[in-house]
Amino acid sequence: MSKEHEKGMSIIVKTITRLTVGLILLYGIYILSHGHISPGGGFAGGVIIALSFIHLMLAYGKEVALKKLSKGVASFFESIGALLFLSIAFLGFTGGYFFLNFLSKGEPFKLFSAGIIPLCNIAISFKVGAGLFAIFVALVLLKPEKGDKK
Amino acid sequence: MIELYVLLIFMIIGAIVAIEVKDLLSSVIALGTVGLGVSIAFLVLKAPDLAITQLVVEILCVIILMRATLKRDTSFSITGGRFLTTLITVGFIAVFLFVAKECLKDLPEFGYPVMKVAGTYLREGMMKTGAANLVASVILDYRAYDTLGEATVLFTAVIGVLALVRRIGRKKEGIKIREEDE
Repeated sequence: MSKEHEKGMSIIVKTITRLTVGLILLYGIYILSHGHISPGGGFAGGVIIALSFIHLMLAYGKEVALKKLSKGVASFFESIGALLFLSIAFLGFTGGYFFLNFLSKGEPFKLFSAGIIPLCNIAISFKVGAGLFAIFVALVLLKPEKGDKK
Repeated sequence: MIELYVLLIFMIIGAIVAIEVKDLLSSVIALGTVGLGVSIAFLVLKAPDLAITQLVVEILCVIILMRATLKRDTSFSITGGRFLTTLITVGFIAVFLFVAKECLKDLPEFGYPVMKVAGTYLREGMMKTGAANLVASVILDYRAYDTLGEATVLFTAVIGVLALVRRIGRKKEGIKIREEDE
């Protein structure tokens, strides 16, 4: 076993994590991409995606998870999500007003339908997932301590 | 309707246990049962979108609370007069109950909402927005401004947390931020 796998929880937890973490990530992507057809949406999907990375971090320790999604990348994705949501809203001005559903509506119950709603879901999931993962990293891993006065 | 009352009583008991129990881990777990009860209550009231969101957010909150509280030597004690705090609490509860009774008098009965705007959404929502999930069509098309505000609130919260708990850019020597291995 390689050296980076020495930290974290026991080997049972690590094996189960290796089998399930991809499924959790896939389920989050399903929830967010079908948000306009079935219950779910960008917020819930983003939280599930963040939970998959948190699952990885709890089982394997922080090096493995932060190699997959580092803090800088997480805050980058959070800002990108917020800007994407706002720019979709501003693109509505091409047809008239703020938040205009300017794309074609398509056929209901199809995956590519409902105009801007899936795009907004994706933007919100970027923002929520990366933001909550960043909050988890900040609150759990980084702890303030009283440094000794030099 | 009976299952909703059972759930409410379960949640109230869980909240009381979370307050009264001495161990911090047990308190967090009891708080988690309250959140899961809220999730099932949403499901009973036929709001699956809210149930999914409540469930995943509750799991995340319990994980964060556990990892953040368990290894920290948090000690808190109630100082001052027990009598005075109880009196203030009972007074505030009485005031809130009175105000709530006055305010909630004019609301429509439970299960019989006023469908002035929502009726229009239900009739025309799928045709106008093309989304089969009406909740998505409301929060991302009809009421997208509210979602923008909510996204801004979350963004501000994340920025605030990351600005408070940061390592770079600290000039003072008093507090250091240490990175822990988990």
